[in-house]
Amino acid sequence: MTIFDELQQAIRAEEPVALATVVDGANVGAKLLVRPDEDPGGTLGDPDLDRVVARDVLGELAAGTSGVRHYGEHGEARERSVSVFVETFAAPPQLLVFGAVDFTGALVRLGKVLGYRTTVCDAREVFATKARFPFADEVVVDWPHRLLERVGADLGPRDAVCVLTHDPKFDVPAVIAALETDVGYLGAMGSRRTTEDRNRRLRGEGVTDQQLERLMAPIGLDLGARTPEETAVSILAEIIAARTDKPAPSLKDADGSIH
Amino acid sequence: MREILNDLDRWRRAGTRAAVARVVDVEGSGPRAPGAAMAVSEDGEVVGSVSGGCVEGAVVTEALEIIDSGDRRIVTFGYSDDDAFAVGLTCGGTIHLFIEPLDW
Repeated sequence: MTIFDELQQAIRAEEPVALATVVDGANVGAKLLVRPDEDPGGTLGDPDLDRVVARDVLGELAAGTSGVRHYGEHGEARERSVSVFVETFAAPPQLLVFGAVDFTGALVRLGKVLGYRTTVCDAREVFATKARFPFADEVVVDWPHRLLERVGADLGPRDAVCVLTHDPKFDVPAVIAALETDVGYLGAMGSRRTTEDRNRRLRGEGVTDQQLERLMAPIGLDLGARTPEETAVSILAEIIAARTDKPAPSLKDADGSIH
Repeated sequence: MREILNDLDRWRRAGTRAAVARVVDVEGSGPRAPGAAMAVSEDGEVVGSVSGGCVEGAVVTEALEIIDSGDRRIVTFGYSDDDAFAVGLTCGGTIHLFIEPLDW
């Protein structure tokens, strides 16, 4: 298999992979394909350089960054005779949407546009169908908190959980389970009254005010969004703002009507 | 490069020669981050982008030359205010592209 075939296969399988290419110095164009827990493929033309670059690339892969690194001909640090462009292809971030409601379809569709791997989860099998959510990568019929028992440990800062059911029977255990994870964004849909009621129930289950700070509810930015598509934009924009730590006006921090 | 992978695969399968240009470094304000890529086939088909549309035309010319010559090189585009017709980025940044044949 060529380097291109291996790269393509890993990206299609959504496995993390990085491609290192010499862009200046000896052996311009030489390539090394690096994957966690596997021997690198190809060569940059020097075994010591390969070893050092493979080690550095694993760090870039974890951070999801791409850029040029400089080395000596045999991988020496603080030398610049060889420039290597490292392009990382991290597995796509996860968007878990709980509740198979009207808003879910739009959120999943726009989430795909932003590059998320999307999962819809709802315990009600008549609603949670692939036919209703053709853009979802996965549709799971189960209680959301049970799904989180299985996949919660894999969630990290790039991932998002959106709770759209607005039924406390499903929402309360789902939010409690999501708070146990390292997920980067957690939001829950509902009016101000639904939000107050949910927060009261969550506190009753032992959730602290500090933990509630993490829960973006009512979910989304204060854009006056009305349709499912507009609401999806306001939610995804809030997710972006959370990641970039920019001061965008969240509904959570505003007063009055949410639309 | 993820976005153009299907097109690269299609060209490879058809035996169509092509060149790939990837953003490897950006100084100052640049529209696309390292990893943004475009590719040009020997028939002049273009996929992907490396800027907001500012330098793509010049990249096509470079890429077609690279398909013929087999060279691989870094090509730099920056802002130039002394020649209104020079190819550059209006945002004021500088981008470094690595352009090479799709032969790997």
